[in-house]
Amino acid sequence: MTKKTKLTDITQLFKDFDIEALEGVSIEGDIELNITGGGGLNPALAYALGQEISHISLHMANIGRILGYPVDQLLAQSLGMGVAGAPSPVGEMVAAKTKIQELLAAKFEVASVKNWTNPIQEVTLGATSGDGGSRKSTITLGGENALPYYFDAEMPHRNYITMDVFDMPIGMAKAVKSNYDDVINDPAEWAKKVVRDFNADMVTIHLISTDPLIKDTSARDAAKVVEDVLQAVDVPIVIGGSGNPQKDPEVLEKAAEAAAGERVLLASASLNLDYERIAKAAINNGHVVLSWTQLEINAQKELNRKLMKQCNVPRDSIIMDPTTAALGYGLDYAYSNMERIRLAGLMGDDELTFPMSSGTTNAWGAREAWMVSSPLAQDSEWGPREYRGPIWEIVTGLALSLAGNDMFMMMHPTSVQVLKEITQTLYGSIESEAVDISNWVGAEV
Amino acid sequence: MKINSPLEAYRYLPGTNCGECGEQTCMAFAAHLIDRSKKLTDCTPMLEQKFSKKLKDLQALLAPEIREVEIGVGEKAVKIGGDDVLYRHRLTFFDPTALAYDVWDTMPENELVERVKKIHDFKKFYVGNFLTLDMVAVRCVSKDPKKFADTVKKVIGTTDLPLILCSFDPEVLKAGLEVAKDKNPLLYAANKDNWQQVADLALEYNVPVTLFSPDDLDTLKSLAVTFAKMGTEKLVLDPGTFPSGKDLKKTFTNFLKIRRAGVEGDRDIAYPIMAVPLTAWMVQDDAVSASYWETVIASIFTIKYGDVMIMHSIEPYALLPQLHIRDTIYTDPRKPVSVQPAMYKVGTPDKDSPVLVTTNFALTYYTVESDLASSKVNCFLWAIDTDGIGVEAAVAGGQLTAAKIKKGIEDSGFDLKNDTTHNTIVLPGLAARLQGDVEDETGARVMVGPADSGRLPGWMEKNWPPKAK
Repeated sequence: MTKKTKLTDITQLFKDFDIEALEGVSIEGDIELNITGGGGLNPALAYALGQEISHISLHMANIGRILGYPVDQLLAQSLGMGVAGAPSPVGEMVAAKTKIQELLAAKFEVASVKNWTNPIQEVTLGATSGDGGSRKSTITLGGENALPYYFDAEMPHRNYITMDVFDMPIGMAKAVKSNYDDVINDPAEWAKKVVRDFNADMVTIHLISTDPLIKDTSARDAAKVVEDVLQAVDVPIVIGGSGNPQKDPEVLEKAAEAAAGERVLLASASLNLDYERIAKAAINNGHVVLSWTQLEINAQKELNRKLMKQCNVPRDSIIMDPTTAALGYGLDYAYSNMERIRLAGLMGDDELTFPMSSGTTNAWGAREAWMVSSPLAQDSEWGPREYRGPIWEIVTGLALSLAGNDMFMMMHPTSVQVLKEITQTLYGSIESEAVDISNWVGAEV
Repeated sequence: MKINSPLEAYRYLPGTNCGECGEQTCMAFAAHLIDRSKKLTDCTPMLEQKFSKKLKDLQALLAPEIREVEIGVGEKAVKIGGDDVLYRHRLTFFDPTALAYDVWDTMPENELVERVKKIHDFKKFYVGNFLTLDMVAVRCVSKDPKKFADTVKKVIGTTDLPLILCSFDPEVLKAGLEVAKDKNPLLYAANKDNWQQVADLALEYNVPVTLFSPDDLDTLKSLAVTFAKMGTEKLVLDPGTFPSGKDLKKTFTNFLKIRRAGVEGDRDIAYPIMAVPLTAWMVQDDAVSASYWETVIASIFTIKYGDVMIMHSIEPYALLPQLHIRDTIYTDPRKPVSVQPAMYKVGTPDKDSPVLVTTNFALTYYTVESDLASSKVNCFLWAIDTDGIGVEAAVAGGQLTAAKIKKGIEDSGFDLKNDTTHNTIVLPGLAARLQGDVEDETGARVMVGPADSGRLPGWMEKNWPPKAK
């Protein structure tokens, strides 16, 4: 029995009926369906017909399977080619009645944060000749109205990196030291190198030799080093003491005088030394004070309050260092401490609305950053330390940048380069490389 | 969680203060339900028939905002999602980001097995535990279902880590599922083209499934709503991980938006999120740069709301920071920062054993303690009260001073002269500057140890017992 049935014939045949399903209809023998155009075909009929045809193909497919033909692969291929309106695969037809044929419409919506109403204070470092200094340019930190890189509000300033310079050779991880072998005895050359070769935004000169337990260099001699560094580079600078609470006030006083008008950052005022002297040195010479506390939000509030109320430091002359602990060595505390400080500031705590600075170099204290291999036999191999060190410093800094930190004190050139790239990427100033991720699964990497 | 005070939870509890849960009172138990340190099922009376409605109601109220999805079976199974807050200090983050590393079906068999073993075996000791990797993601590169299935089979034969089966071809996924159906693998992924077939697979095999909609949150939500309607909420959302520039910033924004909407109560989108830092390899040329950039992306999305991630590099310099940043973010911030200041014994010290000084900062203390214990050094370890600050910072900040050390000795009841034969204290290398002061204060002999406690065993060999003066 061979008979050619055209779609139009069937349409003609059933045109006066309101067809919802074909029941008890079976098509046997050779089948040749000639479907041309969709013109005039009753949609209900087309659906019913389609269903019948699909059932036939299901039977046929089963026969094919019995005969050993890779039916499923064939079906998948034809689907994969994306023919519009291609027949559904077997499994789907079986469950056709319970299924959803089209994606349910949905609109994604999310609100902005309502209670970030208090902007972070803007603080400018460095002074150009117009402002009584000799820096070529200045750097402004702060001004945020949201957590960093958040869509709730534009971030007004990018993150900045100041690279460490010491006034004497100090112990450093090998991976760090190898970058500074040629300048280790000359702070001015060292400062030049980090700006010229390593793209530092700023330079921090640490007057470490002034510590009575190290070299006990006089405050006067230390101030000369500051002058040398100011001569050597034209970026804004940070002046750090030795960390000796008895000596630092005097050292920073002399250094502040030597740098008068340059609007440097004096590091640091803390609760365990005579912060009033440091505050006064900053006010008298037009500098900014680094308010340093140790992983304690209430201590940070207390010191900031004392600097403002007791010492009369203007709000635009305070930056905070709430302490950086390295990845694996307390970064969880440092991260949450900074995040809490920033959120409190944004939500209205005026004692905490200051830009933040991180001693990211502390990451090099982590043994994972510098040790040749694990001291523990049970550990898997740690791999080459040349690569472990910089990434330790990067991840430490990156985590804090997400917690709200504005400025990073760092040491390794690779760390500086990568942290700059990622913070500026999140800040939004770096163009994307065109890449199609829609089929990353099959990528050859 | 829809309620936030113990009182609200208490109203549903039996109120008999029976103590079955280990707490004295139902109110105390309610407080633990709110801070999620106890499970409702710890209250055995609640499991009785007469409480079934209250149990159900309270369970709904206590359910985390972000759904919890389990992947894998047995001991190594991972749970992801389950979060209630946007900032870890507000409570803690639950269910650490699951770290998955890829293998692919065009790898030669020996390389495949070797790589899977490396992923399976990698471990890093850290304060009393090992940090380890969680999952293997099997990628179909061949486009051949059989090849993919063979690879999945080989992986299953080599590791019991949970799997992610990665392909956009439903036939490939099906072939993988046939081999891995008892392993509760995560399917990757349904997208706007294949979602119907992938949904069928997810439902038929009852496995969790990832929904992939690069930089299109409306479609991502559509997929999630549709899958939920079809009968599965074991979903993971992948809004696409673009590896560079403004696209990466967009990815960051998408993660923030999804999690914020979820935590703020949009149930339709409150699922775990997947990041794929592996895409770094699509824009970086050399292996070190790619590993670095991949680690950078992984760090961002460990911190900001990624619940499961797929990476490619298995270089230790990438794995170590990834493991540590995960631990950093998921450590419970409510746990104490410090240990009780006291004299502790490591191993079985006697009168000839050294006496070492450290701080009561928990991380410092446990690091030193584990370095000593793992090298079988018997000694006394003195945790001085530094307000929970580490050695270097405490010396700089004045929390670790000679006077503090002397007071620590006195308070502990330990007597150097009678309890040791050597009357000697070993200071941490980072506290070297205190040597003279401590000698003056205590009258003991003071030695300066290495700057890192990992070097203590070597230092002991050379310097202990101390030579007579």
